[in-house]
Amino acid sequence: MKPMINIALPKGRLGESVYETFEKAGYGCPALREGGRRLIFESEETCVRYFWVKPSDVAIYVERGAADIGVAGKDILLEYTPDVYELLDLGVGKCRMAVAAKNGFRYDGAKTLRVATKFVNIARTFYNEQSRDIDIIKLNGSIELAPILGLSDVIVDIVETGTTLKENDLSVIETIVPISARLIANKVSYKFQYDAITKLSEKIAALTAQRAQETK
Amino acid sequence: MDRKYEAVGSERAVSALSELYSRYGYARFKMSKFEEYDLYARNKNFLRGDSIITFTGSGNRLMALRPDVTLSIVKNARSGAPSEKVYYTENVYRESKDKDEISEIMQVGLECIGEIDLYQTGEVILLAVQSLAALGENYILDISHMGFLSALLDEIGAEGDVRDALIGCIREKNAHGIAAIAKDAGIKGEAASRLTTAATIYGPFADAIGRLRAISVGAAEAAALDELEAIHTVLDAAGCADRVNLDFSTVNDMSYYNGIILSGFIEGIPNAVLAGGRYDNLLHKMGKTGGAVGFAVYLDLLERYNTAERGFDADILLLYDESTDAAELTKAVKMLSESGKTVRVQRSIPEGFRCHQLLTMKEGGLHILETND
Repeated sequence: MKPMINIALPKGRLGESVYETFEKAGYGCPALREGGRRLIFESEETCVRYFWVKPSDVAIYVERGAADIGVAGKDILLEYTPDVYELLDLGVGKCRMAVAAKNGFRYDGAKTLRVATKFVNIARTFYNEQSRDIDIIKLNGSIELAPILGLSDVIVDIVETGTTLKENDLSVIETIVPISARLIANKVSYKFQYDAITKLSEKIAALTAQRAQETK
Repeated sequence: MDRKYEAVGSERAVSALSELYSRYGYARFKMSKFEEYDLYARNKNFLRGDSIITFTGSGNRLMALRPDVTLSIVKNARSGAPSEKVYYTENVYRESKDKDEISEIMQVGLECIGEIDLYQTGEVILLAVQSLAALGENYILDISHMGFLSALLDEIGAEGDVRDALIGCIREKNAHGIAAIAKDAGIKGEAASRLTTAATIYGPFADAIGRLRAISVGAAEAAALDELEAIHTVLDAAGCADRVNLDFSTVNDMSYYNGIILSGFIEGIPNAVLAGGRYDNLLHKMGKTGGAVGFAVYLDLLERYNTAERGFDADILLLYDESTDAAELTKAVKMLSESGKTVRVQRSIPEGFRCHQLLTMKEGGLHILETND
């Protein structure tokens, strides 16, 4: 029997849309469409095993070899810097990592800049490169509240459409990096299952390129 | 279940590897657990980011728990002597940067320092392959070449931050990342695509070398490929070329490493279990002449792999009671253990104990109570 490729997909809309691409590429798994409370879905025919995990955990599953490949946002890869191969930019789940502040905010170089964020590493690297003195406030959600309540001067967060920011009188002052979903692979799985993983990756790449062409 | 995995615990791995290296004339190198911190502070990048555990020694000297063995060996190597060949079995201590934990890692490795020619390089690679073979069923040794990569990066004029960013992407086999950085830095598309090819090539020597020849334009690149081809001939003669692949995405610090880079993998272990390479630059930094090549095997990773495969605590659990004659029992256990079985002798079954056979000793004879497969 051919070995199974274990694939970690992020729970939620992004994961579902990525699964559709995998299905189109010939890696479908009918059991996955049935729903229910199962956590693992297998298709012997296409030699794949899928599991849904929390988006921020995908990189951990792949780095530690519980999954051979997975789909993770570039934000997660930049924040946790897992030791994995980044094989493809899937061109979906597009957004950007940005610095936002209250409308009319002016940076005062004489003061330590207070930065509220979920992405501590990304924020630290970004400001270190500018040699700016900052105070990082790690929050786990509702980051937008921080500047409104005066907890921080700015926030570093993912911005998709900017609607939440606009509704709260906040705006983007700097873009740090564009974000999209990436296909990642465990470095050792990649070697031992080279043929199977490259074949999958090439098929997905072709579909991604085709979609990019269509949306142009 | 594969018995080989069950049998190779980390102590057995140590003795199998020590024996292998001794057979090739490598001498055991024993060292202290401590070194002056200064040695590591001066060579921080060689240690790749893990923090070092320090303490104050006598005379207020700042000491460190050894995070690495190679630096200690190089420090003690004699300059200009014919090749020194040593192996070691030591624990190293590291504080991992994101886990806030101190870990003790068992390392077995070897270093060949002095006159490094094709034979010596080939021998070290052959021993790396044989080390992997001693530890696991299905294994791969990847070879990369720092000379090739640094020539390629020099040629396209990548320096400073751009160079670092490109190296980061090469390590990830990140073709789209390389393309994006190259575009921002104004590197030509054709030059960037050579870098992408180098980063993404993976496979057996013969096939990969051909594709690398096609993208190499400079003399330094050609020299690196010539060296790899010569190594391939040696490995072929030793009958282990089929276990060796080329993978240029392994990039070590260029200020220490200058030639081949080795990384070894065993199927079922999610990280490299073997790492090493040619590090003449480290030697020169420490004021020595000559060359050096070596590798280390990380046995802590192996431990986990073995536990997962282990289904039984012993082949036989032998039960006895107060009526059993101790001399008779000793004789029986000796006989069983000499037949190659692992035997545990107890008055009662320990909680959760699993064995292939449950035996009891009655009236001077052994009786089978239970057999599990």
